Amino acid sequence: MKLNELTIKEAHEGLRQKKFSSLELVRACLGQIKRLDPKINAFITVCEREAAKEAERADKILGQKPTDISARPLLGIPVAVKDNFCTKGLKTTASSNVLADFIPPYDATVVTKIKDAGAVILGKTNMDAWAHGSSTETSDFFTTHNPWNFNRLPGGSSGGSAASIAADETIASLGSETAGSIRQPSSWCGTVGFKPTYGRVSRYGLIAMASSLDCPGPIAKTVSDAAILLRIIAGKDPSDATTSSYAVPNYLEKINKGTKGIRVGVAKEYLAVAENEIKEAVLAAVKTLEKMGAKVKDISLVDPKYAIAVYTILQRSEVSSNLARYDGIRFGFGREKFGQEAKRRIMLGTYYLSAGYYEAYYLKAQKMRSIICRDFEKAFKDVDVILGPSAPTTALPLGASKDHPMFGEMMDILFEPSAIAGLPGLSLTCGFSAEGLPIGMQILGPQFSEELLFQVGYAFEQATDWHKRKPKL
Amino acid sequence: MRQIGQISQIRRANYQPIIGLEIHIELKTKSKMFCGCPADHFGKPPNTQTCPVCLGLPGALPVPNRKAVEWTIMAGLALGCQIPGESKFDRKNYFYPDLPKGYQISQYDQPLAISGKLGNIGICRVHLEEDTGKLVHVEKATLIDFNRSGVPLMEIVTEPDLTSSDEAKEFLQNLQRIIKYLGISEADMEKGQMRCEPTVNLEIKKGNLTVYTPLAEIKNINSFRFVKRAIDFEVQRQFEEFERTGIEKQAGNKVTRGWNEQKGITILQREKEEAADYRYFPEPDIPPMRFERKNIEDLRKKLPELPEKRARRFIREYGVSEYNAAILIENKGKADFFEEAVSYARELEKPPGTKAIGDWIVNKRVDLAKTSPENLLKAILAKAGAATLDDSELIAAITSVLGINQKAVIDYNNGKEPALMFLVGQVLRRTKGKGDPGQIRLLLEKELHDDKKR
Repeated sequence: MKLNELTIKEAHEGLRQKKFSSLELVRACLGQIKRLDPKINAFITVCEREAAKEAERADKILGQKPTDISARPLLGIPVAVKDNFCTKGLKTTASSNVLADFIPPYDATVVTKIKDAGAVILGKTNMDAWAHGSSTETSDFFTTHNPWNFNRLPGGSSGGSAASIAADETIASLGSETAGSIRQPSSWCGTVGFKPTYGRVSRYGLIAMASSLDCPGPIAKTVSDAAILLRIIAGKDPSDATTSSYAVPNYLEKINKGTKGIRVGVAKEYLAVAENEIKEAVLAAVKTLEKMGAKVKDISLVDPKYAIAVYTILQRSEVSSNLARYDGIRFGFGREKFGQEAKRRIMLGTYYLSAGYYEAYYLKAQKMRSIICRDFEKAFKDVDVILGPSAPTTALPLGASKDHPMFGEMMDILFEPSAIAGLPGLSLTCGFSAEGLPIGMQILGPQFSEELLFQVGYAFEQATDWHKRKPKL
Repeated sequence: MRQIGQISQIRRANYQPIIGLEIHIELKTKSKMFCGCPADHFGKPPNTQTCPVCLGLPGALPVPNRKAVEWTIMAGLALGCQIPGESKFDRKNYFYPDLPKGYQISQYDQPLAISGKLGNIGICRVHLEEDTGKLVHVEKATLIDFNRSGVPLMEIVTEPDLTSSDEAKEFLQNLQRIIKYLGISEADMEKGQMRCEPTVNLEIKKGNLTVYTPLAEIKNINSFRFVKRAIDFEVQRQFEEFERTGIEKQAGNKVTRGWNEQKGITILQREKEEAADYRYFPEPDIPPMRFERKNIEDLRKKLPELPEKRARRFIREYGVSEYNAAILIENKGKADFFEEAVSYARELEKPPGTKAIGDWIVNKRVDLAKTSPENLLKAILAKAGAATLDDSELIAAITSVLGINQKAVIDYNNGKEPALMFLVGQVLRRTKGKGDPGQIRLLLEKELHDDKKR
């Protein structure tokens, strides 16, 4: 096995046992990037020199104070970071020409946290510009290609992070989700993506898309890797007033408790939206969990199509305000550099918030948001988790988003309700299509049920081999 | 143009100015409203007190300053406001180069305090927001200093209850005093720590009809004197304009006018104020605030004695005149100095009267920075000792009063404070009004205490 194919857990063990050095690990990843990224385009910036330097520093610590590795679970491990997280001294663009030369003077809280845990930042990954989209096709720079089929899209907006994991260009990666931006590309690239409860992870330093929904989260090769990463980045942040002081558990502690007696809800409204192949794979996964002792129950949720309207209104409104600071006066380039999608969203959001329309759109959407929250609360009285398809399709061909201003919203239909309700969701692979593309399923839970979601996801992963499949590259 | 004040009395009787005030006050918290940068920006080198948050850099988030919220609630309480159990911040969206985020974090429909009163003037609301940066115009360029960006700014909006420029000036001075007593701002208008924007129009009687002139909001005023002058000018201008054009107030014809200090006039800055749409919506980066009744009551307990109440107490307890009381409470430092001198006097064998201490501070225009309460007393005793009633005469009167008013003495010893005032009255009757009530009071207290010890 090549070093760049390792999981966090394996890399950590290997470093601890001195089977290889951090520098070797980092070089293996950089080598894979050099070989493959010209075709995949997952990275906007690769920090070749800095990463090697950081790896050498990690190796020094490993040589001098080997005990430090227990306290620093990412020591010497390469991590790819989505390009909407501010990184001090390292170009951060959000894939927009407006920020094409922006070098932040500070680190996002999650970046500080992974650095403190010893991570080596490998580079910054491509995304839809400002995270507006589900394909990476709105990136002002280039489109990322799906490692499973270069003629397919990786999904988005965290498409670069998901593709870099799928192509083994990195060991771990960070993404962000507003509604689907972690789970949808994870589903299309066959990776594990975790969208935490809103407020579980600090947004400080994450370039805002829709502030009331944005959530940083891990994209990884396995469920336990996602659990390791989330534990590191989660927690109360004095710089983000919306973070929760709810204690962060060690997600690995109960991860292998199995699914015996766990009540799994399956919503027919969600299955109805997915393509047949996906529906079948998800139902097969339900059977697998049932065999392992889970109690499966058919449930009914508010039709997810309503979430599209609610999400579109709230998100565009917040976007129109959040992008107002990009005026080119203090940093970056001027407004003429905004791409089509950003302009569309700014205009629509400005309209929703205008006097005379606010009540009809924004306020009504907030009311519907409460209804969706209550709908989930009701559902979680009868079941512990809800299982359903992730994206409604497998990876679509390049260019699929080009003429559809609502492409992202349609692709994210099954993520929008839970995102609106601030709930956590785990997406992982539950099969492959006839064309050989990954199929994703998601497990949803109540607020702060991260531990349980990892437990169920891990049990499924242990019982199946889907996560072991790799694209032929 | 005619000079202000030349309108004939007959005409004057036919119209009434209607004035409402919008006042902004910078709070002197240690840190800014939403970040840890120092809030004290006056005279600091440009852009030395900034961070990602107050520069509005990508990804930065606001965290509200608890102290600023508490102080605003306290100001609301001092102005007799109600404090709703729930409040929130909102985004006010507009573009201006001094506003780094493209929106100002302010409060829209749920301010921290509502429905108060100061004197006869209704207080509509008190809310909290952030100050903007400052534009510095130099030759061929405009520079921006963000030191002020994000400084806590309290906004107080009155009802349109004021009817003259004098009333407005008096209101503002009264308000400034309260703010300084609360210790939440220096409220210096010339330093921009307190800014006032009056909105003015006229109610005009035409036979049985009452009509109103269009509203004008006046900006750029930086002293109490100019508040008065700007309002006077605007009243006159509106009257003349109405005479000439007959245009009445209607939706959409509110204007913004700027006060020009050099010319002493207001100049039209912006028409159709209503057209500005700030697209307010709840600030998603800051959770709504909830206040328990107990939190509010705890803040109420922290309120210092406010100037008006203190003046009344000075008159009642120390026998100072209404006029001198008003001067003594002008600023908290002076009032505190006076009370320190009084309490120091209580320890003296032969104290000067409390009224005399007050009179001395007012009449001699004592420079508080150059003397201590102790030295002040020495000066009073040295120079004014002779002027007071002969001690033996006073002591005799007190002894006799105490002798024949045993019930009052017992009442006082049992904690009935009013009994003391009764005894003071009795002594004054005996001395035929001669002597300082404050001094008599102190002597009586001493006598009664010594009595108790015996």
